[in-house]
Amino acid sequence: MRPALALTALVSMIVATTATAHAMDPVRLEVKDHHFTPDHFTVPAGQRFVIELTNHDDTVDEFESYDLKFEKIVVAGGTISVHAGPLHPGTYKFFDDYHPDSATGTVTVTEAP
Amino acid sequence: MLGSLLIVFREVMEAGLIVGIVLAATQGIPHRGRWVAGGIGAGIAGAGIVAIFAGALSQALSGNGQDVFSATILCLAVVMLGWHIVWMARHGREMARDMKAVGAEVASGNRSLLAMAVVVAVAVLREGMEVVLFLYGIAISSGTGPVPMLIGGILGVFAGAALSWALYRGLVVIPLNRLFAVTGLLVTFLAAGMASQAAALLANDDLLPALGYDIWDSSWLLSDGSMLGRAAKALIGYSDRPTGIQILAWICTCVVLTVTGHLVRHRTPAKPRGAA
Repeated sequence: MRPALALTALVSMIVATTATAHAMDPVRLEVKDHHFTPDHFTVPAGQRFVIELTNHDDTVDEFESYDLKFEKIVVAGGTISVHAGPLHPGTYKFFDDYHPDSATGTVTVTEAP
Repeated sequence: MLGSLLIVFREVMEAGLIVGIVLAATQGIPHRGRWVAGGIGAGIAGAGIVAIFAGALSQALSGNGQDVFSATILCLAVVMLGWHIVWMARHGREMARDMKAVGAEVASGNRSLLAMAVVVAVAVLREGMEVVLFLYGIAISSGTGPVPMLIGGILGVFAGAALSWALYRGLVVIPLNRLFAVTGLLVTFLAAGMASQAAALLANDDLLPALGYDIWDSSWLLSDGSMLGRAAKALIGYSDRPTGIQILAWICTCVVLTVTGHLVRHRTPAKPRGAA
């Protein structure tokens, strides 16, 4: 279908031309037995950052956070990265939407020095 | 069981709200049931296919594959909703006036129905992929109680479908001469919401400029995490802490669709003739 092609071309163009830059190294998390390790980390306020999540379970998970505004599928054995921030100081929750009872974690955002 | 019911229900509800609006917006167009059902079928089949390639998709485009894919199909749905608005601007009056004497154009409203079938397919594909992966995960898990969880998931599908049907039945209570004005507005908001969600996805991966974060914070009033917040997101693209580009995309889509609809309506004679 023509509109689909045009749209894909447009989106790919935007993807190709926009640069990304982050002040911090990615925060690395793992999920195993439906628990995050670590299940808590700290980032400075007012900065964008990347979370890299590796799934060591044999099920597909959906890494999600309403507070941090991301939602991404991570297949068994896969690694994904999501972007978040800039955030105000406070505590923010994230979870695996497919195992929300066990796989949860928090981010503490502290005032930047 | 209740847990999996809720997880599946949430996803099906989000697609179901869109299907409910599409059903109401196409009320009276012959054969629409076939097209909507086709859209749902295509969406489910597509969801299965995308689910199989979920791993490859996440790795594509330097890890942004999922978001770019979602944003692309959302934009496609926005275009199709726009197409429907233009079509209704041409034929809505005719349809609302006299259902029995609809013109040949309306009777063969296949192009508008194709557009709406694509919208339904996109909605079902997006949420369906998550349901498929979730249920698949349960089915292959060696842990305890996959059967109750699967039953919960299936009940969740039915509950979501029931909600979709209830929304449709609730909308078509509106008299036909008013119905299309209401569905026109709903379709416009739906399109604006989809455009803003696409913008949010791309901005979140830093593929689009965010144009400011947390333009407002209404999470105290309606949180993105609540069921109502999710419904509002599906219906109008609600976000409790939106970025600037989300708001810009929302407003631009609303303005473009409303202005286009008005222009078409004013240039179309009451009894259209010739090719649409």
